[in-house]
Amino acid sequence: MNIFRKLTLAAALAVSATAVTAAESEVRIEDFDFSFEGPFGSFDQMQLQRGLQIYTEICSACHGLEHVAIRTLHDEGGPALPEDQVFAYAEFYEVFDPALFDGEGDFRPATPADKFPASSLSNAPDLSLMAKARAGFHGPYGTGLAQLFKGMGGAEYIASLIDGYEDEPECALEGEPMDGFYNTAFAVGGFPASCIDDHGHHMVPGSWIAMSPPLWDGAIDFADGHANDVHHMAEDVAAFLMWTAEPKMMARKQAGLTGIIFLSLLSVLLYLTNKRLWAPHKYGRKDS
Amino acid sequence: MGGIPHDHYEPKSNFEKAMDKRLPIIGLLHTTIMAPTPKNLNWMWIWGIVLTFTLALQIITGIVLVMHYTPHVDMAFASIEHIMRDVNGGHMIRYFHMNGASLFFVAVYAHIFRGLYYGSYKAPREVTWIIGMLIYLLMMGTAFMGYVLPWGQMSFHGTAVITGLFGAIPFIGESIQTWLLGAGAVGQPALNRFFSLHYLLPFVIAGLVIVHIWAFHTTGNNNPTGVEVRRTSKEDAAKDTLPFWPYFVIKDLFALAVILVVFVAVVGLMPNYLGHPDNYIPANALATPAHIVPEWYFLPFYAILRAFTADVWVVIFANWVSFGIIDAKFFGVLAMFGAIAVMALAPWLDTSSVRSGRYRPMFKWWFALLVVDFIVLMWVGARPAEAPYDSISLIASAYWFGYFLVILPLLGVIEKPLTPPATIEEDFNAHYPAKGGSDAAANPAE
Repeated sequence: MNIFRKLTLAAALAVSATAVTAAESEVRIEDFDFSFEGPFGSFDQMQLQRGLQIYTEICSACHGLEHVAIRTLHDEGGPALPEDQVFAYAEFYEVFDPALFDGEGDFRPATPADKFPASSLSNAPDLSLMAKARAGFHGPYGTGLAQLFKGMGGAEYIASLIDGYEDEPECALEGEPMDGFYNTAFAVGGFPASCIDDHGHHMVPGSWIAMSPPLWDGAIDFADGHANDVHHMAEDVAAFLMWTAEPKMMARKQAGLTGIIFLSLLSVLLYLTNKRLWAPHKYGRKDS
Repeated sequence: MGGIPHDHYEPKSNFEKAMDKRLPIIGLLHTTIMAPTPKNLNWMWIWGIVLTFTLALQIITGIVLVMHYTPHVDMAFASIEHIMRDVNGGHMIRYFHMNGASLFFVAVYAHIFRGLYYGSYKAPREVTWIIGMLIYLLMMGTAFMGYVLPWGQMSFHGTAVITGLFGAIPFIGESIQTWLLGAGAVGQPALNRFFSLHYLLPFVIAGLVIVHIWAFHTTGNNNPTGVEVRRTSKEDAAKDTLPFWPYFVIKDLFALAVILVVFVAVVGLMPNYLGHPDNYIPANALATPAHIVPEWYFLPFYAILRAFTADVWVVIFANWVSFGIIDAKFFGVLAMFGAIAVMALAPWLDTSSVRSGRYRPMFKWWFALLVVDFIVLMWVGARPAEAPYDSISLIASAYWFGYFLVILPLLGVIEKPLTPPATIEEDFNAHYPAKGGSDAAANPAE
């Protein structure tokens, strides 16, 4: 029996036969007020550029953006870097080109046509789609209202996670020392038994994450002089990762709003047509 | 046309006459589009057009997506991102297709519950109902296989779970599961065949839709009173009906336009709201998501699947009676398919002599409870299988079966229905009095 079959059976059994009781961590997610929220919200170009800078100087040491083409940094509605800067930026990275060295392949400086490199650490997930892959705020009680009305999604999660490192709670100091770092926004990490009460509830939010705190106050100096404390930088890099996950968001919202206007007009016209068409049968009728 | 007397197609020009002798296709289209239609149809009769539109939308966007998609375990996920980022308009086409599935199910559930309330399944429309149920089953199969194609975490582990259901069948289950997947586990063979079938089944659905329309054009439409169109003479029939074109086409198009405003708002402004974030993580056999949750439109039946755990007395009883062959897992699978089967059997389970729920004072309340039950099942299907959700789903599942197997047959005997109007014309005229009908505009049956 190979591993796939085992997993298949385990998963099937888990959903049908027995009740799954996974005591889950409560997490602390801050409702950031991002510029791109709501039907008319749009990306803040300067924020995306700051986020790119944070990604480049810090995140990219371990994480990758393998689905994002470097040329898209020039795209309207995104960071919109000037063309020459995109060319200069691409040269920061080296990519493996299998066509070089008589077909054996070799490394060369990246060009805007290349994609960002993938993650260099095996346990560092790719960040291209992170802001859409962690949108799990379908609360309260799975109704999705937090997402609908507060715009809470993956970007909030990323910002809260980066800003969510705290000193270990007292209950954790009693038992065995934990691997990793205590984070109030991380749900799926390790959790010390000494922090679980008699009813199986977690006494503190979050869990222990393997990633060390990536940012510290003043880690980066921005050219525009923007605040560089952890809270602000977390917000900036989360906005940038929202853009990498959904680079066509501006075009999409515009298409949506245009569609709403045109279809509303069409609805009005069809309503009037329908009313007029049926009028003789409804009101002008002579009863026989 | 259902034996409803009406004017038939007469070819006029020389071309039409010549064509009619050789291939009477103009006459066929004319008959279909000019079908005499009960003039008292209310706004719940617009879902057919919405469904036809959505089928076309899904086929057209789907064909374009296939031009850019790669059905390979190593490339499928990246090819979706290629569509989202590099293909011109690709992100809109993909979001339309993705949310089109949701629109499809919103419309089909409205359509089905319309039929359940107004007794559209009753004689002589059982065949229409059964074909409709077949279409619904195929839709579920198609939607499920489409969800596999992006090869994200939910695609992969959802496939494992759903094909695992077939694995629960005693003795032959494991062979069936292997046959479905084309291998012992979810992988390249499964992705390839699901892709093939996801492309094929919509055309089977389109064929069945034609048969569905043919069937109800043969019996004539049902209507909110459940009273049949008078077939005594052409004049009588004309008092009960209006031709489908232009009256109902324009009305339905108006409703469709309003629905599309909402649809485009969802696609344009919150396209991932109905989806699951885990499917933006590439498939990984070694990391099972904490909660494997199907798309919202499967949740009611998923809740029924999970409701019957090993500690429920019916399960214990079934297990004992079958000498252990029927375990909790297999019982859940039977319950899930049974939930759809009892719905398909509604024409024979409903014993009432009155067709429309409008004239059935007791039925109305039980039906309203069924709608609430369906929504509760949908909600509880997405919750973790733990207290109190396990008891809620068990009660809600029990009501689903109780409604079809006990309440429907019993109501026909104990309920005293009201008298429906004698004719459709009478119903229509009651809503729209000939003189001083200013109040009528506010009537819900407009």
